[in-house]
Amino acid sequence: MAAESQMEQLIVENVMKELAKRGLVGNGSQNQVEMPEKGAGSQPRIESYQENGDEALTIPDIAGIWVPNPENIEAIKVMKQTTPARIGLYRAGARPKTGAMLKFMADHAQAMDAVFLDVSDEFLQRMNLFSVDTMAQDKEEFLKRPELGRKLSPEGEKIIKEKCEKSPQVQILVADGLSSSSIEANVPDVLPALTQGLTAAGIKVGTPFFIRNGRVGVQDHVGRVLNAEVVISLIGERPGLVTADSMSAYIIYSPNEKTVEADRTVFSNIHRGGTPPAEAGAHLVDVIKRILKAKASGMKLNQ
Amino acid sequence: MKLKANISNKIFTFNSVKEVLAKANEVKSGDMLAGIGAVSASERVAAKLVLSNLTLEDIYNNPTVPYDEDEVTRVIYDGLNTTVYNRIKSWTVGELRDYILDSDTDNESLKQLGRGLTSEMIAGVAKLMSNMDLVYASKKIINQAHCNTTIGVPGTLAFRNQPNHPTDSIDGIMASAKEGLSFGSGDAVIGINPVEDNVETVAKILTTVKEFMEKWKIPTQNCVLAHITTQMKAVEKGAPADLLFQSVAGSQSANDAFGVTAAMLEEAYELAKVKGTGTGPNLLYFETGQGSEISLDCHHGVDEMTMEARTYGFARKFSPFMVNNVSGFIGPETIYDGREVIRADLEDLFMGKLHGLPMGIAPCYTNHMKADQNDQEIGTMLCAMAGSNYFMGVPGGDDIMLSYQDTSYHDDASVREILGLRPLPEFEKWLEQMGIMENGRLAKRAGDPSIFDK
Repeated sequence: MAAESQMEQLIVENVMKELAKRGLVGNGSQNQVEMPEKGAGSQPRIESYQENGDEALTIPDIAGIWVPNPENIEAIKVMKQTTPARIGLYRAGARPKTGAMLKFMADHAQAMDAVFLDVSDEFLQRMNLFSVDTMAQDKEEFLKRPELGRKLSPEGEKIIKEKCEKSPQVQILVADGLSSSSIEANVPDVLPALTQGLTAAGIKVGTPFFIRNGRVGVQDHVGRVLNAEVVISLIGERPGLVTADSMSAYIIYSPNEKTVEADRTVFSNIHRGGTPPAEAGAHLVDVIKRILKAKASGMKLNQ
Repeated sequence: MKLKANISNKIFTFNSVKEVLAKANEVKSGDMLAGIGAVSASERVAAKLVLSNLTLEDIYNNPTVPYDEDEVTRVIYDGLNTTVYNRIKSWTVGELRDYILDSDTDNESLKQLGRGLTSEMIAGVAKLMSNMDLVYASKKIINQAHCNTTIGVPGTLAFRNQPNHPTDSIDGIMASAKEGLSFGSGDAVIGINPVEDNVETVAKILTTVKEFMEKWKIPTQNCVLAHITTQMKAVEKGAPADLLFQSVAGSQSANDAFGVTAAMLEEAYELAKVKGTGTGPNLLYFETGQGSEISLDCHHGVDEMTMEARTYGFARKFSPFMVNNVSGFIGPETIYDGREVIRADLEDLFMGKLHGLPMGIAPCYTNHMKADQNDQEIGTMLCAMAGSNYFMGVPGGDDIMLSYQDTSYHDDASVREILGLRPLPEFEKWLEQMGIMENGRLAKRAGDPSIFDK
């Protein structure tokens, strides 16, 4: 009996090792199951290790039709193709079905986490970006006092003066804005495409860095401190329930005290379901070349 | 006029009625952003004490934005019933609160009272009321209005069916509209926010919805919530609109930012009378919300709740069919969390009703606010108890075009069942004929949008 149970244990261990190799179960090392890229922030990544080897539960798909014996199921199929709205999901009494409720909660949770969690230190290290703060002390202050997110803290200003190359043609900055998860989802593709594209075109690119609790307007402060000809910010958009991972690029030519919002060139909706990040990077290189040539951005560029 | 109060042996002195009104406000992030909110709980209660002792005449003599400088102030003062005002001008704001809550003060008395109050007086008294006070007083006031059907009938709760679509797809809009109708949502209006603010889009949506209403004999109103000038152009070209919509605010400069004036709204009303498809006499639909003036930097140092009251003072001049409050839509810099938005919803419902307006509420939230579905549902149930005329209806609570969360078709039907409220009478008959509703509850076919595609 003892030999048998030893054998059993051995088999189990081998199976688990094999599954781990194939990435089907976690073993606490690098072979974790890939989680969807929503892990914004410094929260511990959820371990996917399963004691019994079962697959993890997933949030119900609401693409289906849940109406029992509908008058015309084909018509509902067509309706669902015409809109991403949450329709055809029927009801429990007058309330939503459990699956629809869980899907809504999961979507809102992603949006909340995108706004309220920070971009992780591990991510910034991997992207080789150092981090500075704005005048906003924390997320709550950042959300309540928009003007504080438009100015670097004195410490932040000192750090970029020390670490960044002065008077670049293009200064790239990354700011969390209203979605940290959009930064983690898109910057790994956008940033290299942008840097390499600009460098290949003979354009002098400054030292990129990350700004915590940053708003769009902080690029004016950065531009003035570093004497940059063009500043481009990669910044998280306000999340919707459909995606929490949408990022924008705001580009300003020679920002100064008189800069107004209409002076910025904006390229929004960068995410897998919108403009894919690598494609966005290549496009932004072209936009920046035009801006450098015209010596203007925003409305002035289009005149 | 006493502007000084002693709270626990600490003396608080205020410089103006405007400052008292701002500091007497319950906590709102927008007032802190503007730098005018109370900085401590004691200062807040000191301001409330001072406010409770001001007379209505003190407030009348100190409009928060000067008459000569601001069209909204002029609309409020020029429309005031001076007979009523002169009868009550010696009352303190505290006495006004007690009168409003008194068991002998009924709907008729409150409606007459409202005619003699400026918006600042109404905001002032609401600042002396707790959440339950606000529900208790709101519940007494019944404001009806009529376009094609009558809204605000006691014992009813109506809904705007809001089938927005991120690219204005007509098929997509109609898919959500059908889903909503199958839940009994749409008796207030079938109203769409377009992405593209142009005459063609507006005309196309108005026509499609109107044709659908006629085909299925649905007793309601249609509306497309573009800028009012765009809707007017569409109507002039023959597009069928029952209601004309506009966002309005509590200062002239904020209305300028919205591109709207009193003269423009009068013109729109005249056009709706002669070219619109609504029966009337109420032909306009307004949206408002605390914080819009602050986010536009058009607040004149006035707190966001008082600015919202002034918005109602402006709106009542035009006898709208519906006024909808969307305080939760503007963002965390003006309303930070669930607690603030629930409070704002209750204040706005009360203030709008005391202004004589047929009020509805959108207890809603954006994803960058510290609020969630539970906060929204609490706000909705409270506003329904307080006698809101209507709420919004959005598929699954998720507005895929405006990217915020509002009451769902499910919530609409649920609130009716919880509180025993019914759809507007002619709409209920229609729902029964369609097999959607039976004895005030959803029937078997409810929730099947394909009943319109037999």
